[in-house]
Amino acid sequence: MAKRIDVSGLTAYYGSHKAIEDISMTVEPRSVTAFIGPSGCGKSTFLRTLNRMHEVTSGGRVEGKVLLDDEDLYGQGIDPVSVRREVGMVFQRPNPFPTMSIFDNVAAGLRLNGSYKKSELSDVVEKSLKGANLWNEVKDRLNKPGSGLSGGQQQRLCIARAIAVEPKVLLMDEPCSALDPISTLAIEDLIGELKERFTIVIVTHNMQQAARVSDRTAFFNLAAVGQPGKLIEIDETERIFSNPSVQATEDYISGRFG
Amino acid sequence: MSTAIAEKRPSTLRGASLPKWAPYAIAAGSVALGLGISAAAGLNSSIQWALMAGVLFVLGTYVIAARVEGRRQAKDRVATALVWVAFLLAVVPLVSLVWSTVSRGVKVLDFYFLTHSMGLISDSEPGGGIYHAILGSLEQVALATLIAAPIGVLTAIYLVEYGRGNLAKAVTFFVDVMTGIPSIVAGLFILSIMLMFDMQPFGFAGSLALAILMMPVVVRSTEEMLKLVPNELREASLALGIPKWRTILKVVLPTSIGGITTGIMLAIARIAGETAPVLLLVWGNSIINANPFEGAQQSLPLYIYQQYANSAGAGAAYDRAWAASLTLIAFVMILNLVARGIARWKAPKTGR
Repeated sequence: MAKRIDVSGLTAYYGSHKAIEDISMTVEPRSVTAFIGPSGCGKSTFLRTLNRMHEVTSGGRVEGKVLLDDEDLYGQGIDPVSVRREVGMVFQRPNPFPTMSIFDNVAAGLRLNGSYKKSELSDVVEKSLKGANLWNEVKDRLNKPGSGLSGGQQQRLCIARAIAVEPKVLLMDEPCSALDPISTLAIEDLIGELKERFTIVIVTHNMQQAARVSDRTAFFNLAAVGQPGKLIEIDETERIFSNPSVQATEDYISGRFG
Repeated sequence: MSTAIAEKRPSTLRGASLPKWAPYAIAAGSVALGLGISAAAGLNSSIQWALMAGVLFVLGTYVIAARVEGRRQAKDRVATALVWVAFLLAVVPLVSLVWSTVSRGVKVLDFYFLTHSMGLISDSEPGGGIYHAILGSLEQVALATLIAAPIGVLTAIYLVEYGRGNLAKAVTFFVDVMTGIPSIVAGLFILSIMLMFDMQPFGFAGSLALAILMMPVVVRSTEEMLKLVPNELREASLALGIPKWRTILKVVLPTSIGGITTGIMLAIARIAGETAPVLLLVWGNSIINANPFEGAQQSLPLYIYQQYANSAGAGAAYDRAWAASLTLIAFVMILNLVARGIARWKAPKTGR
């Protein structure tokens, strides 16, 4: 059920500002693809174009194609709401719904989509929480508010919430940047397990993390501040970190920046 | 040979400081001085000695603190002193208002007063009550709220969640303009419509004018509350494939419902005391009229005004006006407390 993503000639704008230019790449199903690059190079913007969250920002628009198993996400008559059901997202900062309990947070996607059977709901919640390695920690307090959990637990709750709707692809925008090393480890382990079922794309500033969790790595860069970000190269993670084909990638990875 | 114990150097972190009781002593001193000066000068207004004491308190604080502690600490103490004086200046009228209303209002305020209308009792005679005014106020305010709260909340949702471009700018502009409409103008506006259709005064006409006054207040407060909802929550919900309208209904509104309710309650409190539109459109009535859609009604602020204006100085009417004022203040106070309770009850929970 994991799906492949094919991006070709994608350019994204914020109003008149061009944020990323002419990006083409393929994301393989059941794999982890990491995006690395300096701040402001458009990694997050590109990630958000993959489930049409980019256009939620005012002035956000996109040119080019994003094929999800041969269907263009930006084609005629495509409903962004349906796209987001297929392509889930985990954000940088944990953002559980503050008015909902842990159970309701995980069930939110199903409940608010209206597509669920009552009898299945608690099974789905249990399965998703187990999938996010959170079940043992919260099974006795499912009706407590989700915001009472620690940062790492909240982020895993958000992952559970995202996988509860059974997306085909899971996008993660720096999911560990607000977490301590132990919670980071828990989430990295989880990514390793989740890739059996989902296509995962992760944005990270942590080079070691990219090397640890991803199969393929894409390096983004921008020529200068105010210029659009571009994809420099994408390759097997091992090659990117040992023998990249572009000098800029090697400079960035080895810390000889600019 | 003995190792010389280094003499303890004076601390650079600790300086001379005034004792804890110093501000109270300075305050007491300035009050005494203020009283003394006004007694000596033969001034008999209590405002004069109080203002003098306030000025003396600020000046005295500065001079004493500057001599003992230094200039920087003196400025700090003067700022504190100014805050206290300003606080007292703000509280004095409030306390005196509450005090005079309560002390004069309790004279005739009893169960009978709350459950009977004026009926045939003339304004200058003792007796009677405000049941008809309470009933009218409640009905008019409730109807106004029923109109203004949904429109106001929906407008705010439009402005925050959907509004882009010129339409949103125009709506914001007109809401701003509406905030500045004097209540008598809102009353005249409805009155002009009533005259066009040759209608007699009735309660609902007052509700319409009150709704005009209430709407911008609701829009403004709801807008602020919706803006406080973090964008991350909207994005989290949208990223789950939840449509925008359900995101607003199930995530944004529940998160801000406490603040929105508080805003509506405060808007109600604001219109509950309006007299001018009610005077124009509802007319006032000394008997019970429970039907807001036909015939003149009474309302609390209008009752207060009429008791005061039409009684030709009769003490009984003054007492009733004060008692009705007390009832009105209590009504607004209860609304505020209810609003706070709802805000606390509905606030997003953070407990473990």
